[in-house]
Amino acid sequence: MALCLMLGGCGVLHRGFLSPAGPVAAATRDEFLWICLVMLFVIGPVVILAPLMAWYYRLANTRRVYRPQWGFSWPLEGLIWIPPSLIVVGLAVYLWRDTHRLDPYRPLPGQAIEIQAVALDWKWLFIYPTEGVATVNRLVIPAGRPVHLSLTSGTVMQSILMPRLVGQIYAMAGMRTQLNFEADAPGTFLGENVQFNGPGFQDQRFEVAALGAQAFGQWLTAIRARPERLDAAAYATLARRSTLSHPLAFGAVAPGLFGRIIAETVRDGAHEGHALAARGMGQP
Amino acid sequence: MNGPDIWHILLGNLGWGALPFVRAWRDPSVSELIGAAAGSVVVIGAVAVLALLTWAKAWRYLWTEWATSLDHKKIGIMYIALAGVMLTRALIEAVLIRTQQATAINAPGLVEPGHFAQLFTTHGSIMIFFMAMPFLTGLINYVVPLQIGARDMAFPYLNSVGLWLTVGGAALMMVSLVIGAFSTGGWSGYPPYTELAFNPGVGPDYWIWAVTLSSVGSTTAGINIACTIYKMRAPGMGWMRMPMFCWTSLCTAIMMIFAMPPLTVATLLLAADRYAGMHFFTNGHGGDMMNYVNLFWLFGHPEVYILILPAFGVYSEVVSAFSSKELYGYTSLVIATAAIAVLSFTVWLHHFFTMGQSADVNAAFGIATMAIGVPTGVKIYDWIWTMFRGRVRLTPPMLLSIAFMVTFTLGGFTGIILATPPLDYVLHNTLFLVAHFHNMLIGGLLYGLIAGYMYWFPKAFGFRLNERWGRISVVCWVAGFYLAFMPLYVLGAAGMARRTQEVFDPAFRPWLLIALCGAATLFAGLISLFVQLYVSIRDRHANRVPVGDPWDARGLEWSVAAPPPEWNFASIPHVGRLDAFYWRKRNEGAYHPADHYHDIELPKESACGVIIGVAAAACGFGLVWHIWWMAALSLFVIFVTTIARSFMRDVTKIIPAETVEAFDREWLAQARAAHPVPRQLEQSEINEGLAEWIA
Repeated sequence: MALCLMLGGCGVLHRGFLSPAGPVAAATRDEFLWICLVMLFVIGPVVILAPLMAWYYRLANTRRVYRPQWGFSWPLEGLIWIPPSLIVVGLAVYLWRDTHRLDPYRPLPGQAIEIQAVALDWKWLFIYPTEGVATVNRLVIPAGRPVHLSLTSGTVMQSILMPRLVGQIYAMAGMRTQLNFEADAPGTFLGENVQFNGPGFQDQRFEVAALGAQAFGQWLTAIRARPERLDAAAYATLARRSTLSHPLAFGAVAPGLFGRIIAETVRDGAHEGHALAARGMGQP
Repeated sequence: MNGPDIWHILLGNLGWGALPFVRAWRDPSVSELIGAAAGSVVVIGAVAVLALLTWAKAWRYLWTEWATSLDHKKIGIMYIALAGVMLTRALIEAVLIRTQQATAINAPGLVEPGHFAQLFTTHGSIMIFFMAMPFLTGLINYVVPLQIGARDMAFPYLNSVGLWLTVGGAALMMVSLVIGAFSTGGWSGYPPYTELAFNPGVGPDYWIWAVTLSSVGSTTAGINIACTIYKMRAPGMGWMRMPMFCWTSLCTAIMMIFAMPPLTVATLLLAADRYAGMHFFTNGHGGDMMNYVNLFWLFGHPEVYILILPAFGVYSEVVSAFSSKELYGYTSLVIATAAIAVLSFTVWLHHFFTMGQSADVNAAFGIATMAIGVPTGVKIYDWIWTMFRGRVRLTPPMLLSIAFMVTFTLGGFTGIILATPPLDYVLHNTLFLVAHFHNMLIGGLLYGLIAGYMYWFPKAFGFRLNERWGRISVVCWVAGFYLAFMPLYVLGAAGMARRTQEVFDPAFRPWLLIALCGAATLFAGLISLFVQLYVSIRDRHANRVPVGDPWDARGLEWSVAAPPPEWNFASIPHVGRLDAFYWRKRNEGAYHPADHYHDIELPKESACGVIIGVAAAACGFGLVWHIWWMAALSLFVIFVTTIARSFMRDVTKIIPAETVEAFDREWLAQARAAHPVPRQLEQSEINEGLAEWIA
């Protein structure tokens, strides 16, 4: 019964990085399993020895040796200091290599598509600068092709996490952070903000849709045909604190919007987009 | 001047809407009703306590014997009582948080998002600043002077100020339940979310002033503990003859001195932003929230070792005492403790691997974090080898220690995972992280604090705690932890964010329900602690241990009566080696009268600490609601009290030698009359605190 629950319940792990849908998440999972394996050897002796020792030398067990004045042994000291240190040295080498290999700023091989993400309360704006389109709360990416995501925030600090694709990075106002990832195959995945940012936090989730090359092209054509335009006024409305019931799409974007959002926040601490609108930024 | 102006000057921004009762009247939703109920518990509880004290005519007793006392033992007990009250509140909040997430699966659940955010913010802030810190400060306060053969702390008056500042901060936390609302920014209060632009309400201000009072109080506690250990040790007690708990207390105190000021600075700069329109951490105008994050964790990471080291000290004492054996690898443990204290200042960045710094920086801090695992692992092995060839009694504190060794090791396992930056990227800010630090704080810190409470309780009050309820409580704390937090590891690995008021994936439901059962079990653990206390007080006459050494333990604190007299030692002991009392017992040197009894000078009661604490809380309240006259007046009171105290000359009292001698001889007579108990019978009623020892 309990076992069934465990097995059935462990299905939830398919939602996370242990069921990767891209090369970065796959490498992360491998590293996770590898460290778990090493650590089992480290924690195993303690987890077994502590209760065993207490039980074996319990007071009622009068046949055991009692050495109240025994409190030091060089060989034991060596055993408890040296092997753990060596394991940490080994893990450190491994950690140094993988932190660089899986650095979120490190570009993936191949021609990456450039996307810019702006964290707003309580929604995500995705701008496709080359394609000149934008979406809100839906990130559409071509499967099998690397994505280079630039992030900033139009409001407080947030953190983007797409568990099956890649780990998180903070989005901070006035700054640009980066994330490189890729989806192996077409599919839909969950994306979320995991840094608390107010009453709409739990609703700030979005769908990541990885489309095949052809489907992605069709999607682009369809979205470009839409009349909505993301200019300063539209951005100001969007940046107000609100949750959206459904994703939005913009057929055109004012050029350089992402850079100006950063610049404006550095200067004025703009929030909720009011300062941007007041300056008439992004007018055609 | 018209009416509203006067009211504004008198009451600042206070209005009827600040009262949860009024809010619940206007909008009777479940969420507001829970808020109103919590507020009424505080009000009714306060009124009931006041009425009870008046009825029992206990005011004078409480004021003269406790509130104004500078006795380190009483201050220690008051710290722990405060921790107990705050633990109760924060644990109820934890159960509410778990209930919310377990019921709000594609449903609104019990509380609305703003209320939920207050719950997790107060839960975290209280557990760290007003449960863990007072608890460990209380234990250190009580035990360390007794262990080093001192009569009090180095600065008894500062000790009282520190206590009452902490009480003042805790009072602000409680007041926020009744008047206004608390912060929603989490226990770390990250700007810019906590800045005026995004949070114009009083919540972050409550948080700022409560935490500021606590951090100032802890800084003074740190200075006091360190100076006590530096200067007040009994003759002959060299560094390497100090009990392990003193070593861990010393390292914690040094860390407090260095780690608390960055927090005070961070909260005060945030206050400057909010009150004076400055731009330290705002978006724009040159503000940079990353500075806050660095300052906060420059405090926050050493803080977790400030919390855990005293617990390590408790385990060292408990495992050695209940194994009837000297601590294995004392020198190793000292080196490991000091190494942890130093290394803990080199790892703060692992709290924000995801802020976009280079891989070199992340890797360096990741490796430093892993390195701490080595001395920590050494400590755990040292405790295991202490049990080796010992005679282990599985008393509740010992059970907690064994549960700690296993649980904490699992926490270290997930700690190494989180210390690896690429893994932290996917697990940070998820429930995996929540599970990890609760694993360390419950399985490491809380077990240690409870073990210490049970271990030293007979010393402080002169009777043993009920063993049966102790075991029940231990089972609840251990089972509750595993039930509550193992599911969170799974959910975190599945990508569930922390702090979500609503959950959208029905597959999470079974795990959240198990976690809820765990939270309820932990709550049962707390209730059984209270039952244990009640039962033990009821049966205290049968369980008295007046001679003072119920466990055949080793430190000097066990060499005096239980409870100890106000002056601790009739004559200051001379220490010839480690575990001095243990060897004195074996060499027939214990329980002898002093050669000469002298008058003893002790610090006199002082109301200054209470006045400063109350005024500081009033100042905080005035600042929260912009009642400027109140803030200014309170600051003035603090200033005047501080100056006035410095001119007081009559600050000590003399205990006459006859009083000391009479007490000592009566106690020695009890010791002679007592029946020495073997370890097999230490939990029976014949245990009067005199141990039967094998030479």
